[in-house]
Amino acid sequence: MAKHATPLLDQLESGPWPSWVSDIKQEAETRAKNVKGIDYQIPVDVCDDLLGLMELTYVEKRTHWKHGGIVGVFGYGGGVIGRYCDQPQQFPGIAHFHTVRVSQPSGKYYTSAYLKQLCDLWELRGSGLTNMHGSTGDIVFIGTTTPQLEEIFFELTHNLNQDLGGSGSNLRTPSDCIGTSRCEYACYDTQSLCHALTLDYQDELHRPAFPYKFKFKFDGCPNCCVASIARSDMSFIGTWRDDIRIDQKAVQAYIGGELKPNAGAHAGRDWGKFDIVKEVLSLCPTQCMKMDGGKLVIDDRECTRCMHCINVMPRALRIGQDTGVSILVGAKAPILDGAQMGSLLVPFVKVEEPYDEIKEVIENVWDWWMEEGKNRERLGELIKRQGFQKLLEVTNIEAMPQHVQEPRSNPYIFWREDEVPGGFERDITEFRKHHQR
Amino acid sequence: MDKEAGKKAVVEFLTKKSKSKSKFYLKDFYEVIPEEKPRDVKNLVNEMVKEGTLEYWSSGSTTMIGLKGTGKQASAEDEA
Repeated sequence: MAKHATPLLDQLESGPWPSWVSDIKQEAETRAKNVKGIDYQIPVDVCDDLLGLMELTYVEKRTHWKHGGIVGVFGYGGGVIGRYCDQPQQFPGIAHFHTVRVSQPSGKYYTSAYLKQLCDLWELRGSGLTNMHGSTGDIVFIGTTTPQLEEIFFELTHNLNQDLGGSGSNLRTPSDCIGTSRCEYACYDTQSLCHALTLDYQDELHRPAFPYKFKFKFDGCPNCCVASIARSDMSFIGTWRDDIRIDQKAVQAYIGGELKPNAGAHAGRDWGKFDIVKEVLSLCPTQCMKMDGGKLVIDDRECTRCMHCINVMPRALRIGQDTGVSILVGAKAPILDGAQMGSLLVPFVKVEEPYDEIKEVIENVWDWWMEEGKNRERLGELIKRQGFQKLLEVTNIEAMPQHVQEPRSNPYIFWREDEVPGGFERDITEFRKHHQR
Repeated sequence: MDKEAGKKAVVEFLTKKSKSKSKFYLKDFYEVIPEEKPRDVKNLVNEMVKEGTLEYWSSGSTTMIGLKGTGKQASAEDEA
């Protein structure tokens, strides 16, 4: 018998999809039965009280969580988010319900033994509820009490070889795709770069350094599996500067039907015979592909790296061999000003250890943002406020055609007042002598 | 300005403001020691947290910093 009646939450279990309500109920039941004989360090009924509180929230249509607090682990300014319930008498199991962000491994590779260790720790010292993974990529442990925080931190760092992630006005846990470890599209070793920058910027990750949050994300190719272009203040997207490699025999095999388009991903339905013109050539956003006497021809100078042709015919088309990374800046979700996608800052840079060229760009951007950014202003908002031109100035990057989105949309003006004879001020009386209104 | 003078200026600033406000953004500290670079102020403030003079407050998305013991404390969060 559940501790609290939850008729509104129960409705959320009635749809065809997996339900988080069922998951929490399952954990509540497991804790109540305690077949494994775990010496729970936080209230056994934490999950029951969580369901009860959420039901109350649905009935009243108001939240009962207080916002933030002074909790953390010694020496760290991020990684723990204090959450307190404002109805502790009614729901004592969740009077404290802090979140712990745990840094996820690069590429999110785990062994099952390691996952079991994480789960065992969280059953013992937390609610048992996790979010694998949070939006930024961290392993998110949901719900524990203040006295458990240092214990959890000790276990993670001493026995599980694991660090906390970022929260607050810190560098957030950098996240990456699987990169060259398994993916033929990867243009650079995302895991190596992600790991190196995580180690280099430990101070920024664990101690508040900025006006607001800052996110790095690393995508091995323009398919953007970690959506860096939409979600990170600084996005690293793999690219190439030579030509797409074409295997003309494989192109013919796709046309002839011997090879299945999209590696057979759409095999659940009969879409008819593969039509290269309809499904590839005419979908190219820059129209840079054509068939010429039975041969596929690509004008690589016009290619925008949309990846569509490579995704449809992976056996026939491969990324180029002179690979590197494009750096984009300023993406964010809509809190102020609305959502923004990243803007291209560095069109191409080779990804070579010790990554000094990349770090120089990062640190120039940080210095500017730390100095000029307002409280709670993301990098993308500062770029909008002071101009992309200013960003180019602080990063010592020359303006180039790739920075212009389209003709006449953002033609940056690079004249400074001191370079113009007479400056930007004019004598209006003198002007009017020659020009009528 | 040397480090000790910087720390003193930070504590004075926070003590003066403590009646009206207990938590501040990192950027607010830049104005307390305007001659120092933002990165040095950040390092100083974080060092003062490590020493136990200051403490962090976090909403999860933003971090604020105040004198240790001022404002609402974690131990009193479940009080009305």
